[in-house]
Amino acid sequence: MNDSLGIVEAIKVTLEGSLELECGKTLKNLDVVYETYGDLNSDASNAILVCHALSGNHHAAGRYEGEKKFGWWDSLIGPGKAIDTNRFFVVCPNNIGGCHGSIGPSSRNIETGEFFGPDFPIITVKDWVKSQAMLSDYLGINQWHAVVGGSLGGMQALEWSRLFPKRIKKAGVIAAAPKLSAQNIAFNEVARQAIIKDPDFQGGRYLDKETYPKQGLRLARMIGHITYLSEEAMRSKFGRELKEEKLNFGFDAEFEIESYLRYQGDIFSESFDANTYLLMTKILDYFDPANEFNGNLSDAFREIEAQLLIVSFSTDWRFAPERSREIVNALIEAKKNVSYLEINSPHGHDSFLFANSDYVKGLTSFLEN
Amino acid sequence: MESIEVIKNWVVEGSEILDLGCGNGEILNILSKELDATTLGVEINQDNINECIKSGLNVIQQNIDEGLNNFADKSFDIVIMSQTIQVLKEPKKALLEVTRIGKECIVTIPNFGQLTTRLKLLFGGKMPITGSLPNQWYDTENIHLCTIKDFEVLCRDCEINILNKRFFNTSGQESALAKTSPNLFASTAIYKISK
Repeated sequence: MNDSLGIVEAIKVTLEGSLELECGKTLKNLDVVYETYGDLNSDASNAILVCHALSGNHHAAGRYEGEKKFGWWDSLIGPGKAIDTNRFFVVCPNNIGGCHGSIGPSSRNIETGEFFGPDFPIITVKDWVKSQAMLSDYLGINQWHAVVGGSLGGMQALEWSRLFPKRIKKAGVIAAAPKLSAQNIAFNEVARQAIIKDPDFQGGRYLDKETYPKQGLRLARMIGHITYLSEEAMRSKFGRELKEEKLNFGFDAEFEIESYLRYQGDIFSESFDANTYLLMTKILDYFDPANEFNGNLSDAFREIEAQLLIVSFSTDWRFAPERSREIVNALIEAKKNVSYLEINSPHGHDSFLFANSDYVKGLTSFLEN
Repeated sequence: MESIEVIKNWVVEGSEILDLGCGNGEILNILSKELDATTLGVEINQDNINECIKSGLNVIQQNIDEGLNNFADKSFDIVIMSQTIQVLKEPKKALLEVTRIGKECIVTIPNFGQLTTRLKLLFGGKMPITGSLPNQWYDTENIHLCTIKDFEVLCRDCEINILNKRFFNTSGQESALAKTSPNLFASTAIYKISK
């Protein structure tokens, strides 16, 4: 990866007003952190909203001063890349409920001065989209050229096209699904139980008690990580490679895959909030736009006016190509403008993060046509 | 008249059109621009798909051989299948599917019965290589070639109605010879069919 976007900075804003949430509660004066890349043109017609997935945040591209690590979608966002910052003004917010600066369980409730913790309301994808619309108003963007995201981010792009048909020209729905399967929910539930049953979780009030459910969050992330990779990717990356060329007949990390998962779990559990993780998995579980239309997905798509690009990846078993095809077929039935790409990629669900050439070409053509 | 002109004449303005095996979107581009048609392409080749997306066409990446049951009965005014049926594993099934999905269908086939191919096989004793069939037998995509007669027999067997047909010679033109003895002198045939 080159340093093409260079140094970026996060911006924090308090969006005034209140947001009525789907659960019936209201959030007021939303603190939202976001980043932007590229320049907004004079008629504000070149803006692209990038939506992050479960563990993502607003740092999608470029890098921070003094840091080596690039944003999570730096492979696709930058000058001359699929989401070309020479042409587009790209905005990526940290979603509300997150833990990287936007209002969430680890923020203090201004009314009580206490941490929200487990009292933070359950958010839905619909609530996210509405909060993102508030940010659009603040930024003076009446209509997005496109809203794009992978996984849970793709669900937000799809929801944008449904909820604000006039405010979005294109939606890029990548490695997503129209709703979670029982298997998807099962993995999320194991992750949640790992966190909730950690003695340091303290009913979610660990910030008040000055503890932290590190072990639970670490385990949740390890489980999640297995579902992001394909069997093929794991085999070719780790195989049965041993750390020390011989078996030690013990329970320390001996295989490379074991130490990889432990490392990923460690890193993540030090930088992510456990209540936010619980919330994110719940947001995924609840997503089901067809639900209010008697399970009929094409009815749920009736109001859509945007042009949609749906992308899936051959080795993704978390949200497999069949799941994307459910979205595509419902859009065809509803007679909407849809294109569909099924990309051959070995990286499983994580494929949406890699700059595979067919994927980049497809996305570039879609955003520029 | 060239084949695209014939297709344009057969399509009513503002139609909803599905093109199975749409390639780089050449036909759909013309029909959407000139006849204000609402179009959808199905294609398997990634480069072709990118060209379609680049020109703003809706296109689905899908292998026709794996089925078309994601398209509802009579859900399109016209289904086009141009120079595609001969590369499919099950042409008969595909023909039935096309006529199920489209109120009317336009199918273009290369004619294996034309005189030049017959003569090449008769005198050369080898699988014919011609302008419209440029590859060796072992690396051609065309696994189910047929003659004009064969195609019409299949339509009859499937109780598919042939509503119209036109024939073109190797230069892509309608000639007197191609019209009077199509199975000998046409290199391509276009049919308008329905069921």
